[in-house]
Amino acid sequence: MEALQVAWFLILGILVVGYSILDGFDLGVGFWHLFAKKKNERSAFIHSIEPFWDGNEVWLLTAGGALFAAFPPVYATVFSGLYLAMMLVLLGLIFRAVAIEYRNKVDSPAWIRAWDFAFSLGSILPSILYGVAIGNLLRGLELNAIGDYTGGFFALLNPFALLCGLVGLAMFALHGALYLSMRLDGDIAADARRWAAKTWWILLVLLVAAVGWGGAAYLREMKAVPLGLAGLAVAELFVTRLFFAKGKKTKAFLSSSFGIALVMLAVAAALFPNMVPASNDPNLSLTVFNSSSSQLTLTAMLVIALIGMPLVLGYTWFIHHIFKDKVAVPEK
Amino acid sequence: MDVVLLARIQFGLTIGFHYVFPPLTIGLAWMIFLYNTRYQENDNPVFLQLARFWTRIFAISFVVGVATGITMEFQFGTNWAGYSRFVGDIFGAPLAAEGVFAFFLESSFLGILLYGRKKVSPRMYWFSSLMVALGATMSAFWIVVANSWQQTPAGYKVATEMVNGVPVAKAVLTNFWEAVFNPSTLPRYFHVITAALCVGVFFILGTSAWQILKGRHKDFAMRSMRSVIVPTFGVVLLTMFVGHHHGFQVSQTQPAKLAAFEGLWETQTHAPMMLFGLPDQKNEKNDFAITIPGMVSLFIGGKFDTEVQGLKAFAPEDRPPVAASFWSFHLMFYIGMWMALVSFVGVVLWLMKKLGEHKAYLWAAALTVPLPFLANEFGWIAAEVGRQPWVVYGELRTADAISASVPGGQVLASIIMFSLIYSLLFGLWIYLLKRQFHKGPEPLEGEVA
Repeated sequence: MEALQVAWFLILGILVVGYSILDGFDLGVGFWHLFAKKKNERSAFIHSIEPFWDGNEVWLLTAGGALFAAFPPVYATVFSGLYLAMMLVLLGLIFRAVAIEYRNKVDSPAWIRAWDFAFSLGSILPSILYGVAIGNLLRGLELNAIGDYTGGFFALLNPFALLCGLVGLAMFALHGALYLSMRLDGDIAADARRWAAKTWWILLVLLVAAVGWGGAAYLREMKAVPLGLAGLAVAELFVTRLFFAKGKKTKAFLSSSFGIALVMLAVAAALFPNMVPASNDPNLSLTVFNSSSSQLTLTAMLVIALIGMPLVLGYTWFIHHIFKDKVAVPEK
Repeated sequence: MDVVLLARIQFGLTIGFHYVFPPLTIGLAWMIFLYNTRYQENDNPVFLQLARFWTRIFAISFVVGVATGITMEFQFGTNWAGYSRFVGDIFGAPLAAEGVFAFFLESSFLGILLYGRKKVSPRMYWFSSLMVALGATMSAFWIVVANSWQQTPAGYKVATEMVNGVPVAKAVLTNFWEAVFNPSTLPRYFHVITAALCVGVFFILGTSAWQILKGRHKDFAMRSMRSVIVPTFGVVLLTMFVGHHHGFQVSQTQPAKLAAFEGLWETQTHAPMMLFGLPDQKNEKNDFAITIPGMVSLFIGGKFDTEVQGLKAFAPEDRPPVAASFWSFHLMFYIGMWMALVSFVGVVLWLMKKLGEHKAYLWAAALTVPLPFLANEFGWIAAEVGRQPWVVYGELRTADAISASVPGGQVLASIIMFSLIYSLLFGLWIYLLKRQFHKGPEPLEGEVA
């Protein structure tokens, strides 16, 4: 049973990593969207993610479903506790989805302008809030005996969580800039490279600060493993820089993906075996072992995951293979 | 304000709005697949034109379904934490399976369907349109599994655990397949899918009739109408057939719900069917009732002396809201009858080769467009209101299912937020649809636009 519970913690980790890497690049593209000065360049941004964004978001839906199925009390606590934050994430995701599809449907400057803002803000909001949520999980939430959050909305906006929010934004911004420089050509690709170069420094500072703060204040069970993984994530950032400086765009993007995976794994290791640490009383924490579904459910779900995940990886590879050509910037 | 009521309003609002779109896109996806198949078979550019135009309509609608669907996946946790803790062992698995088996398939091949026609072979393009339709249909399966388990739970036992000294009851899975194929899963699934197909085909039929009335892109609209008239008649008949079977299953598994659908108070043989009436829950009677004797008994048991349980067989606190159940069920039923009539007349006109000629028929078809949407909504309301006061039938009351940690003010704020967003999205959707219908299809090869 314990092996099964840990396996499900890892599968959830894989889903969150997959989501962060894949939706990370299209959220990052959204961040840079308003930095592109020309309308046609912004069209190219949308075209570069058009076939992928929906599939990328499915990773989030599946992670949500898997969390519900494997660790129902955690699902209940996290989403009811972070209610307003979750509503704002949904607001962002709804508008960016519709913006991607609707922006190019009407050729009017005001229409396009409005959707450009919706797409960009709808991307920035979730990028920050995911980080804020992770920061709060690392700190721990104030819980009562049945696991309901009792801390109130403004307690979630603490300095450490906000720092994590900025890390999330910077991480996706770098990831998105690297993606754009890989998928586009010409002036706008040069712009994207400049953005990536600047963002790299910002991310480095923010990530080191967050690792230092979190490592000093919020490690509970394991210490060496999360710190080691976080150290690797910082080192990976330098590898990304190296590929980037040599003009190896695809490798820089893959390296950034790997870096995101390391950051998420560090977070998972810092939490384990907790999933929601209780800041008021460690005995109230929701853990991998006290909050899972039954053995039968976890086993049935494991079968579903083992059949489904290879298919999912297959589709993901296939769709990226079909749309691998560079995206042309439209004439107007 | 009452937090339970607020949470229910929010849930109804978000699902009710979401549920406009999946039935339409499921129906359109299969028609688009049909067009692509015909084009594969005989290279007739007319079918390519049909496929491409209706794919554009599909894309505009699909995205709203996706955007509003994200809310669904998290809403159980945000607003129904008590429910999530009670049913998580069973209810989460179908949601996860929907993601793994259906959403990934659908979203990946949708990318090809919308943006990849020139990047893949015609064969691959055809296959993608099949996968999109299949993905949409499979996703409906898993969500119906989850919903059906709330209606007719099976394959579980209720266990009470001590959590930090507090007793917490929850449903624990005992048999995966019994839970998945619980007594209402298949009847509900076939009814939901056939009803979704109705929305799609009546949408094509009615909007094309409207185009002809307005004199826009008449040849194309005529081709659209002809292409869809036989499927329309077929799916309406199927919907009624499986709907009847679903109704029979409800009478066996949720008798209080069936009694509320029919406004039946007394347990009796020769149970009458009430066509019109105003159920009065307090005084346990119906006002202004118009009934056909014996029909409910006949429908359920095949003979008049079948005994049907009435509402008085259940304690007042276990009865669903009767007027809401009765009217949502009957409005669905009447719309279904009307749809059958419209499709039947359409087939007759088509056989006489006069489908596009009668203005009265074109008007009727055009005005029918919103009705299948409404019938789907009413059917869903009937199913869910009829389940009350239970959130899991017989096991968990709705009032015990909400998120205790979320203040009413936050729920109210999110209701206002969603109402504004959804009104805006609905307006934009209609606006873009209108533009597409004005613009019409791409010209056929050799044809001047």
